[in-house]
Amino acid sequence: MIGRLFDRAWLLSDSPQSRAQAAWGRRYRLWCDFRANKPALYGLATVIALLACAILAPLLATHDPVTQNLGQRLLPPSTQHWLGTDELGRDVYSRLLYGARVTLGMVLAVVVLVAPIGLAVGCVAGYYRGAADVILMRVTDVFLAFPRLILALAFVAAIQPGMTSAVIAIALTTWPPYARLARAETMTIRDADYIAAVRMTGASSGRIILRHIMPLCLGSLIVRVTLDMSAIIIFAASLGFLGMGAQPPSPEWGTMIATARRFLLDQWWVPLIPGIAILVASLAFNLLGDGLRDVLDPRQG
Amino acid sequence: MSHTRRDMIIVDDLRVRFGSHDAVRGVSFRVPEGSSFGIVGESGSGKSTVMRALAGLNDLWDGYLEIAGMPLGRGKPPDFFRRVQMVFQDPYGSLHPRQTVDRALSEPLLVQGIGDIDRRIRQVLADVALPAAARFRYPHQLSGGQRQRVAIARALISEPSVLLLDEPTSALDVSVQAEILNLLADLREERKLTYLMVSHNLAVVAHLCPWVGVMSNGEMVEILSAEDLRAGRTRNPQTTRLRELSAELG
Amino acid sequence: MLVEISGLNISFPTPHGMHAAVRDVSMTLGTEKLGIVGESGSGKSLTARALLRLLPPAAVTRADTLRFDGIDVLSASEKQMGMIRGRRAGLILQDPKYSLNPIMTAGDQIAEAWRNRRKGSRRQAKEAAIDLLAQVQIRDPRRVADSYPHELSGGMGQRVMIAMMLAPDPELLIADEPTSALDASVQAEILKLMEDLVSRRNMGLMLISHDLPLVGHFCDRVAVMYAGRVVEELAAGELGQARHPYTRALLDCMPSLTHPRPRLPVMARDPAWLT
Repeated sequence: MIGRLFDRAWLLSDSPQSRAQAAWGRRYRLWCDFRANKPALYGLATVIALLACAILAPLLATHDPVTQNLGQRLLPPSTQHWLGTDELGRDVYSRLLYGARVTLGMVLAVVVLVAPIGLAVGCVAGYYRGAADVILMRVTDVFLAFPRLILALAFVAAIQPGMTSAVIAIALTTWPPYARLARAETMTIRDADYIAAVRMTGASSGRIILRHIMPLCLGSLIVRVTLDMSAIIIFAASLGFLGMGAQPPSPEWGTMIATARRFLLDQWWVPLIPGIAILVASLAFNLLGDGLRDVLDPRQG
Repeated sequence: MSHTRRDMIIVDDLRVRFGSHDAVRGVSFRVPEGSSFGIVGESGSGKSTVMRALAGLNDLWDGYLEIAGMPLGRGKPPDFFRRVQMVFQDPYGSLHPRQTVDRALSEPLLVQGIGDIDRRIRQVLADVALPAAARFRYPHQLSGGQRQRVAIARALISEPSVLLLDEPTSALDVSVQAEILNLLADLREERKLTYLMVSHNLAVVAHLCPWVGVMSNGEMVEILSAEDLRAGRTRNPQTTRLRELSAELG
Repeated sequence: MLVEISGLNISFPTPHGMHAAVRDVSMTLGTEKLGIVGESGSGKSLTARALLRLLPPAAVTRADTLRFDGIDVLSASEKQMGMIRGRRAGLILQDPKYSLNPIMTAGDQIAEAWRNRRKGSRRQAKEAAIDLLAQVQIRDPRRVADSYPHELSGGMGQRVMIAMMLAPDPELLIADEPTSALDASVQAEILKLMEDLVSRRNMGLMLISHDLPLVGHFCDRVAVMYAGRVVEELAAGELGQARHPYTRALLDCMPSLTHPRPRLPVMARDPAWLT
């Protein structure tokens, strides 16, 4: 089975012999389309590299990210400290690697929370219309009406600053657009003849939504989420910068910039390096999202 | 119409309203078991609305509907969808774009709790003359005619007794249309099916259906036999007009 | 000759090599009505689009001759093509829903098309638009001129489309399945209207359709296409004496209201038709 995934003829067969072959053939064609888009490929490679850095941080790091050494404050990059040290003498390179864990971990947690909620709310509202639609969409509007950062700040301040509450706060302010997107998509799908055909099998509404409508909404949702990743990274960093996200000494990228901003003029590399990390990660997710859009959502391309 | 056989479809004083618009205004007809009834009319005449009400796809109607001995109400009897199936007009829009033929055919069986899925799918593909190689293809890998065969197979797999045909050939090339019409005639013979067919094409309807109802502006203005329609023994001016156009352009 | 096509080949790249969609097609058209008939994928629309150079970018077009009124379409500049498209040759597509601008009134769209070729004030253009709407037999042209496309029925939309294409006084009208989205009665009216306008204005008409009897009814000559080739070209009145087995099968496999048969003949596609 695994070996066949590298057999082009098997994948591109016009008459697949099994469900698995048909499904892998479809995925392979999508991959071929995606592969043709060079910038998206760079985006994907960078995202994978960032994830690898995060996962392998303990192996790649040269120092402990939280051990302070006040004798070696604010050193410029050298062979000893590849990216220099911060105001407490901690190795910036190591902190950056561990920071990837925190930042990307927060982003993934937000996505895992937000995408299913948005998808479920949107699909249910769009499929049933009527009262369910009105209620769910008004709730969505309420969340949309607040400025995102202020709502998140209020939420975090009300509970207690920290990573968990930052994740919940970001999730709280991020899901409404996904619900709107899924709803719009569902509204166009629900009247299609192929859904009428499924209704004529006697399938329940739950089954129709889950097995026939959601898979079709998933494509544009994945695209939108990927494109939003950069916004979420910056949002998480902003909360960190404002002291409402990950708390010191945890090496979150936004917090790193915040604590180092005093040295921007003299020891510029200390705040600049996490800034570059945020830039690279955001750009990579954006390129990846653009590529996915061309493949999964050709209408908007 | 013959009254020796029992009526598979009974429509009595069907009325459908969309907002302030009367889409169907008191339509009545009966179709005996094993027979076929065709509804012709122009777009907006209400012919598709009648069919969607019978299919259980629209609950906003008044009157009396009965299919295969089951009166239709707000809730449908559990095996309603085993007895009644529908084939849609556009084979490009009636198959789920992300599901293989196999998936489309197994869904009704899974929902209805019918076992022996693999054998039934192979059987029904053979019945509609699709190659076994088409089983795991996606709709975009099939031609228009093949797609319509898949749609017919999907309707047949739960072994219904009534098939509702909504313009089943109007999106197809004429050579494919001939194949599909022959297939539908054969299946009716083999499986003792009752058809209700909606079309704007008089020749297609008269080919498959011994009885034809003509709809105009939400009403069924005339019900006549296919022979009378062919011979021009029409009573309603609307029927006469439709027949003349069809004879002139056909 | 208005249109001269000879040795036209159009092919598309696919993962399995080049696919020839139109193969060695030749035809000419003067001020007459030519029908091009074929099934989906026969290359009939591509042939017409090649004449206006409106093919998808991936298409590879080769031809011995491809001329519109003496202008070589393949070597013409984009500016010259702009002069042909929409001014000297109009294109009417199947569904007016997708060809009309949804946020402009019908009258404004026709007026704009009119001003494309002639100099004149806005008011003159508007008057011309209303006149054109009257010519396509719209009973209340002033009201329709102020309507948006979504307020019009399919038949009305197609009339507006025809009026828009006639506005610059073109020499050629290409109609690609202009009535297959319409009811039979509206279909007949639209085709009669087009036939009448084309004869009165001394234009050429290229009517593309899958419906052979219908085309035979409205055109002078019919070219039958199969798998990218013209397999037969004959006068519309001689359809009954068609020689090519494909043309005959095409006529034969339609159910007929007046001549019922218990079973329809199925087309047996002869591989020899491909060569």
